[in-house]
Amino acid sequence: MGEALALKQIDAARQRAVVAALRAFLPERAVLWREEDTRPYECDGLTAYRRVPMVVALPETEEQVQRVLKTCHAADVPVVPRGAGTGLSGGALPLEDGVLLSMAKFMRMVRLDPRARIAVVQPGVPNAAISDVVAPFGLYYAPDPSSQIACSIGGNVAENSGGVHCLKYGLTVHNVLKVRGFTIEGEAVAFGSEAPDAPGYDLLALVIGSEGMLAVATEITVKLLPRPQTARVIMASFDNVETAGEAVAAVIAAGILPAGLEMMDRPATRAVEEFVHAGYDLEAAAILLCESDGTPEEVEEEIARTKAVLERAGATRTSVSRDEAERLRFWSGRKAAFPAMGRISPDYYCMDGTIPRKRLGEVLGFIAEMEKKYGLRCPNVFHAGDGNLHPLILFDANSADELRRTEQFAAEVLEKCVAVGGTITGEHGVGVEKIDQMCVQFGRAELEVFHAVKRAFDAKGLLNPGKAVPTLARCAEYRRMHVRGGKLPHPELPRF
Amino acid sequence: MDAAYSAFAARIREAAEAGRALRFRGGGTKDFYGGEPTGEVFETRECAGIVSYEPSELVVTARCGTLLADLETTLARNGQMLAFEPPHFGAAATLGGCVAAGLSGPRRAAAGALRDFVLGVRIVDGRGRLLAFGGQVMKNVAGYDISRLLVGSLGTLGLIVEASLKVLPRPQAELTLQLELPEQRAIEMMNQWAGMPLPISATAWHDGLLRVRLSGAASALRSAAERLGGERLDATFADAYWAGIREQSDAFFAGDAPLWRLSLPPTAPPLSLAAEQLIEWNGSLRWCRTLAEPAMLRAAAEKASGHATLFRAGDKSAGAFAPLAPALARLHRELKSAFDPAGILNRGRLYAEL
Repeated sequence: MGEALALKQIDAARQRAVVAALRAFLPERAVLWREEDTRPYECDGLTAYRRVPMVVALPETEEQVQRVLKTCHAADVPVVPRGAGTGLSGGALPLEDGVLLSMAKFMRMVRLDPRARIAVVQPGVPNAAISDVVAPFGLYYAPDPSSQIACSIGGNVAENSGGVHCLKYGLTVHNVLKVRGFTIEGEAVAFGSEAPDAPGYDLLALVIGSEGMLAVATEITVKLLPRPQTARVIMASFDNVETAGEAVAAVIAAGILPAGLEMMDRPATRAVEEFVHAGYDLEAAAILLCESDGTPEEVEEEIARTKAVLERAGATRTSVSRDEAERLRFWSGRKAAFPAMGRISPDYYCMDGTIPRKRLGEVLGFIAEMEKKYGLRCPNVFHAGDGNLHPLILFDANSADELRRTEQFAAEVLEKCVAVGGTITGEHGVGVEKIDQMCVQFGRAELEVFHAVKRAFDAKGLLNPGKAVPTLARCAEYRRMHVRGGKLPHPELPRF
Repeated sequence: MDAAYSAFAARIREAAEAGRALRFRGGGTKDFYGGEPTGEVFETRECAGIVSYEPSELVVTARCGTLLADLETTLARNGQMLAFEPPHFGAAATLGGCVAAGLSGPRRAAAGALRDFVLGVRIVDGRGRLLAFGGQVMKNVAGYDISRLLVGSLGTLGLIVEASLKVLPRPQAELTLQLELPEQRAIEMMNQWAGMPLPISATAWHDGLLRVRLSGAASALRSAAERLGGERLDATFADAYWAGIREQSDAFFAGDAPLWRLSLPPTAPPLSLAAEQLIEWNGSLRWCRTLAEPAMLRAAAEKASGHATLFRAGDKSAGAFAPLAPALARLHRELKSAFDPAGILNRGRLYAEL
């Protein structure tokens, strides 16, 4: 969460000039500048950070997007692109001297080709809408972030969003074939291809997850997969979290690649059980949900093998979903984990670190210590299959002290993730939220490379400036504050 | 082992200061690929070995000079594999060369490409700086995805000294079916099946015969085989066949006629080219043997929304890779100068101007 944002006044003369320039080609309703109109755009899903943008532009055509970018580039006005505004790291936080470029009107499904298993969509299309539309063809779009009903595919591309099926089906970068859009200069670009690859550097991979800092997407081609014929889930109980972590390793070591593999600790299951009645074992210190999908034969075989492995690994209870309704009920608790926290606490803060699975016990132990140190509760939900942790710190934002303790708690946990060989963000992005922790994860030379890549696409630094990659000066300052005795914690460890 | 990386870094730094061009070389098995290599040969084989491998983490990290064969043997002993089935093109193939070339084999259409499995790299850039990007975890969105940018960059952005790859369990069972089908019908069937939940892990069509490999649980293979029909091939023959496709030792690849690699949308109709063809990846990879003019091949690929690479040929004066649109060419130049301002790394290997 970092420091309080310096609030700048909106420069009225500059605002008038930018509005006039945009109104030359955008209708009145597509250029917002009065505070009552721009206020709704002051934050994304990370509500701790708010800034009212100078101007909001709502183009409807690719040509309008291009002209917004050209206009802003010529006038040195920064541009912040925004999808559905559900992001959790402040990637779409506006600037008081900038234009917020909302892609909300780009809601069209451009082309659906079930034979080639692709869908070409505009960036404002919600993630889940793609799967809904292609369902009659037995196809779906695999990445399923928990906000999939609302979050847009354009935002998914910007953040390289994940979900609960990443171990088997990958993240956005594995499921998007092509991105068409514009650079900040308004130059038309297309990255990737409907063919398996494109000549030259893999700029598609570079743009996906670039947090809207390299280009603005106006059309996205996604890969569709055949929907598995069937899926079943095992719910397994464990009497301590370490055993549950070892059971996860045992499943993988047995050569099984589950479609989904999730863990929740007791504080998390208790919070959700009251809320959705998923039938979780509340005596268990942790539960695992382990899903198999495929043909009925494959699923039956894999479920039997997985169940045996889990039992050998110390599961105290296992139950297998008998039908689709029960499978969905088992998942309902996991999917409701975040809102359930909202019921037991005024606010919650979701972390997103990823760690090597074998360090799970150590990291959960560390989180428990931090709960004591900061006097705050922290239930854990965990994409166990791919090592992505979502500890949820419960706090009350009305208490400045609790907010401060939450921030410090989160920073310590993220730095621990780096120290054990993991990363500060698995799927939510850096945005403004984790920008200081980037200084812990990367050295000066790597950050210089990121800045050089940014300059290659955006020499003036006008597209979503200040996100994702900290300045070297900011990191120097951060390190001065956080490095004790001239050394980073664990200097022996490589900093990936 | 950081000492070996540092030594590489020092040599590259010196070369950059002297403006001396370098040409990276692992096993030299892919010297034929891309543009004509220039510069002083920089051998990487000495820097070899697996840095870390824990089967339950599904991740292996190894140094650039590690033999691909050694790496795959180690994985196989633990029931795992590189799911993108990279071609070796010779026993000396190294991991570094594999990642730099970015090529994937028959399983690519089902499992994903090499770039999909790269989790992190350590590189030395053209300034001689040792840099680390990505890591050893499956999900990592901190910073730009430099690791994947390096895949297939043919050493033009930096020397890959170490790479971390996601590995997968080997399938429990495999079987290969053979069906007699003309080209158009084969393309249709491959696409139809790819849209159905079938355990197809590879496809290859040539000269009226379509081979389909199934991988997975034995019970699933049985029911899928019944559904697809055709003749079941002997397992030893099938393994040798797929190895021949992956390593280009199959008879189709023999001889001197230029070999073109056309990467196309999978449903692209049959190409009207006077060329012998082998089709993989559900129709999206079409190998052509032809003496036809490069411009003709490039135009045919472009018309089908794909691109054509002159994969093996005596004369590559037409450029190995399809030319880039001006906007992309500019981004390539900017990125090249960001990573290699002196322009000394594998000059001309990807494009003449990089």
